[in-house]
Amino acid sequence: MSIQVLLVEDSPGDVRLTREAFRDINAAVRLHVASDGVEAMAFLRHEGAYADSPRPDLTLLDLNLPRMDGREVLACIKADHVLRTIPTVVLTTSDAQSDIARSYQLQANCYLTKPAKYDDFAALLQSVNDFWLTRAQLPQQRASA
Amino acid sequence: MKSPEENNQFLNVLLVEDSPGDVRLTQEAFREANLAVRLHVANDGVQAMAFLRQEGAYVEAPRPDLTLLDLNMPKMDGRQVLAQIKADDVLKTIPTVILTTSAADDDIAKCYQLQANCYLTKPVQLDAFENLVKSVNDFWLAKARLPNRQAED
Repeated sequence: MSIQVLLVEDSPGDVRLTREAFRDINAAVRLHVASDGVEAMAFLRHEGAYADSPRPDLTLLDLNLPRMDGREVLACIKADHVLRTIPTVVLTTSDAQSDIARSYQLQANCYLTKPAKYDDFAALLQSVNDFWLTRAQLPQQRASA
Repeated sequence: MKSPEENNQFLNVLLVEDSPGDVRLTQEAFREANLAVRLHVANDGVQAMAFLRQEGAYVEAPRPDLTLLDLNMPKMDGRQVLAQIKADDVLKTIPTVILTTSAADDDIAKCYQLQANCYLTKPVQLDAFENLVKSVNDFWLAKARLPNRQAED
């Protein structure tokens, strides 16, 4: 059984690092990428080119994105009764208290700050995998959902 | 009453749990995992809400950095506590992790619908329970960024 992870990230470098890290960490993870908030919402709502996209088991969401930023995506996800049960983890370079507080206010499931060094970044993704994809109980995929 | 400086040295964890055995195991596991954790216990949902709202005997209760919430409890159950926390603009930013024996899909879905931050099932075996508490510590209290308590005021 594969685990569907949606990464919402505009930096090609961070996308590549995340892909490589997950390849080493957990071969069951299928990483899907949306490079801005508009794409992310289309993916989640199965619109346009994303008609056949799977429902993510976990979403990793950057905050600063072109077109529609991560705060707006988070607000849309958590205002939608179908999408709100998808665990949505903010993963951003920002460590501003205002971003942390606002994200939890918008009901982010968790907030993580990206470390600058690759080894630290890979270790953070390892702990996301160990906690969220191994320990935590996630909502079951349902045909109607 | 603790000074703000003193409070900030500690990680305040509220455990909402009616089983004395599970309270004791959780206390022991945190003692092993992280000496900075101050574990506060509420034995039912009514006590939990009084603690969080600093009412009655809890006027001086600290704001938790993390809440671990059992589902099946006397008086007011965990689903009701979760709904009240997440409907309150002041309390909703406290990460609230469900920790229960239930592995029912309905409970898992309902709790995420009510905006639980995470859902964990208590393992039966002692070692596995200790490992779970350790992983909560390692992820939520070491890796995750939590809302700063200073920002409340």
